[in-house]
Amino acid sequence: MEFLSDIASLINSTLRISTPLIFAAMAGIFAERSGVIDFSLEGKMLMAAFVAAVGSYYLGNPWLGLLLAIIACVCLSMLHGFASVTHKGDQVVSCVAINILIIGLTTALAAAWFGQAGLTPTLTENQRFLEINLPFADALREVPIIGIIYSDILSGHYVFVYLAYLSVPIVFWIVFKTSFGLRLRAVGENPSAVDTAGINVFTMRYKALAVNGVLIAFAGAHLSTAVNANFFREMSAGRGYLALAAMIFGKWHPKTALIACLLFGFTDALQIRLQGVELPAIGEIPVQLIQALPYILTVVLLAGFVGKAIAPNAIGQPYIKER
Amino acid sequence: MSNIVVDKSKVPWWVSNVIVPLVNLTLALLVSGLFIFIAGENPIKAVKLIIYGSFGYIQGFAYTLYYTTNFIFTGLAFAVAFHCRLFNIGGEGQAYLGGLGVFLVAINLSFLPVPIVWLLAIFGAFLFGAAWAYIPAYLQSKRGSHVVITTIMFNFIASSLMIFLLVDVIRDTNQMAPHTVKLPKEIWLPSFEAFSGIFGIKIRYSPLNLTFLLAIASLFFVWFLVWKTKWGYEMRAVGHNTQAAIYAGISPHKNIIIAMCISGGLAGLLGVNEILGVNHKIQAGFPAGYGFTGIAVALMGRNHPIGILPAAFLFGILYQGGSEVTFEMPNITRYMFVAVQGLIILFSGALENLFRPQIESFFVRRLSKEVNV
Repeated sequence: MEFLSDIASLINSTLRISTPLIFAAMAGIFAERSGVIDFSLEGKMLMAAFVAAVGSYYLGNPWLGLLLAIIACVCLSMLHGFASVTHKGDQVVSCVAINILIIGLTTALAAAWFGQAGLTPTLTENQRFLEINLPFADALREVPIIGIIYSDILSGHYVFVYLAYLSVPIVFWIVFKTSFGLRLRAVGENPSAVDTAGINVFTMRYKALAVNGVLIAFAGAHLSTAVNANFFREMSAGRGYLALAAMIFGKWHPKTALIACLLFGFTDALQIRLQGVELPAIGEIPVQLIQALPYILTVVLLAGFVGKAIAPNAIGQPYIKER
Repeated sequence: MSNIVVDKSKVPWWVSNVIVPLVNLTLALLVSGLFIFIAGENPIKAVKLIIYGSFGYIQGFAYTLYYTTNFIFTGLAFAVAFHCRLFNIGGEGQAYLGGLGVFLVAINLSFLPVPIVWLLAIFGAFLFGAAWAYIPAYLQSKRGSHVVITTIMFNFIASSLMIFLLVDVIRDTNQMAPHTVKLPKEIWLPSFEAFSGIFGIKIRYSPLNLTFLLAIASLFFVWFLVWKTKWGYEMRAVGHNTQAAIYAGISPHKNIIIAMCISGGLAGLLGVNEILGVNHKIQAGFPAGYGFTGIAVALMGRNHPIGILPAAFLFGILYQGGSEVTFEMPNITRYMFVAVQGLIILFSGALENLFRPQIESFFVRRLSKEVNV
């Protein structure tokens, strides 16, 4: 029985840890499918975390904080678009700039407004998101198997966890089943053909970036107004890059990206439990190896040793309308 | 706005290489001033403090040059790869491994005569940095995986690897913190205070050391390599037009490897400054963002050693002057200057074409009028 509850808590933390990765990977899919590289997921996530925490502290409502975070992230996405779509600047440079700018700015402003430590004030229960207990969760707890699945694994998460898993089929539907999605993918594969068909390449890319901004805001708000009750410096801790790796690992496809996010989330959840544990035949696995595993896996995949990850054809190239 | 067409051949070199970068830098600094104002401090006072902190007294100036040393290495690292159109964002990881190279050579060969230890340690730094860049380079040229993503991943892998080594393998077991033992004092690189005594200047401590001269030498090395050798020519040819280079019998594979290895090696030299020159031991996370700042330095310096030197110096001023500001102004932390870096990358990199057409066409019109008169 103890074994079962161990497994249940492992799955439970996997679902929770994967949440920001999923939002970020979905955000990345929108940008990159339209042909715009997005390494700035990390910076945008951090921005959302900061704005959501500060917003809900002053406005007293986490949903308003989330709204402000969405506005901030869409603005950053527009900045990325302004530099790399309108002015045809280098997309990678633009992303590096946004990441460094936001790491600096969020921490600097947090320190200036709330004291040297760079922490925003702790949010009260009214100012943050709380865990949601699904109906009948307590009543069903004693039922074998169903009780564990329903009450211990599915129930008791923050609203963002449910939204993240909901976002995957929605993103899949938009990208692969709607005419907007068809245009989005076409703009990323062959922009000049799309242009010939009378669709504005620039507008499409801006729209994709706007959706990207909305999605990534959820990831940041999850970190600072749900899992934690404040913002602290560099709290995104590389999750943006991890999501980028997951997106590539998932071959720019929502379903496989979800699996990659869950896999990375699982290695993280496992890593916490494996610290100092001697495994039979292998001995103690260094924590750092497990931490580096997602990145190593992504490099191996990109090198084409396991399957092949093919990026959208026109990715990274600014579109230049012919005269 | 983007409809302005400028005949590039008529634009004088100093407009596109001096005026436009200066305009972009000014924009970045103006927005930075706005941020300082939002943080509740006076931007003009901050500028005064930056200038005083970096030039006002000899020790401050020595710190400025110490930071400049690091930025020259990482800036050159990014620039060399960029001439082959490779985005080496992995300077951070390569510098980390370079530090390991310095340390391993220095600690194991410290019985040799001192100058030989120095030379071998420099070689070790270069070799380890180059080796860490070799894998992404190989994967780019042979397996087609993009060097940007691989180098980002390699930064994380380097960080995990180094922490593993620092915690479990090469840690100073007498200490709790994850760092190595100190190198024997005889092989430390002589620091600036040793020299300044000769000229009758007395300062207590400065991190500036002999590595500064190595950085200056590296500037010449890169200039010579990229513009004066066959290797450099081939590298630039592959960068400009891979297909044309192949027809000319130049191997892209070989040049991608060479460019990335030299790039990684230069980033690795950061380890010489930090470990042989200043800290004398490996501390967790010692590259501290210098690798990323190198991107800003190279972009501002337009990937040329003549531009990288002033750009690195400017960032040295920002770092050292910035720490002066954080002492004097309670509302400003060093992260404000990380944001300033981001703005400089934004305006002189991603948005470099924001006003370029207007500025260039303005000067072309002015100059053609003068000729007509």
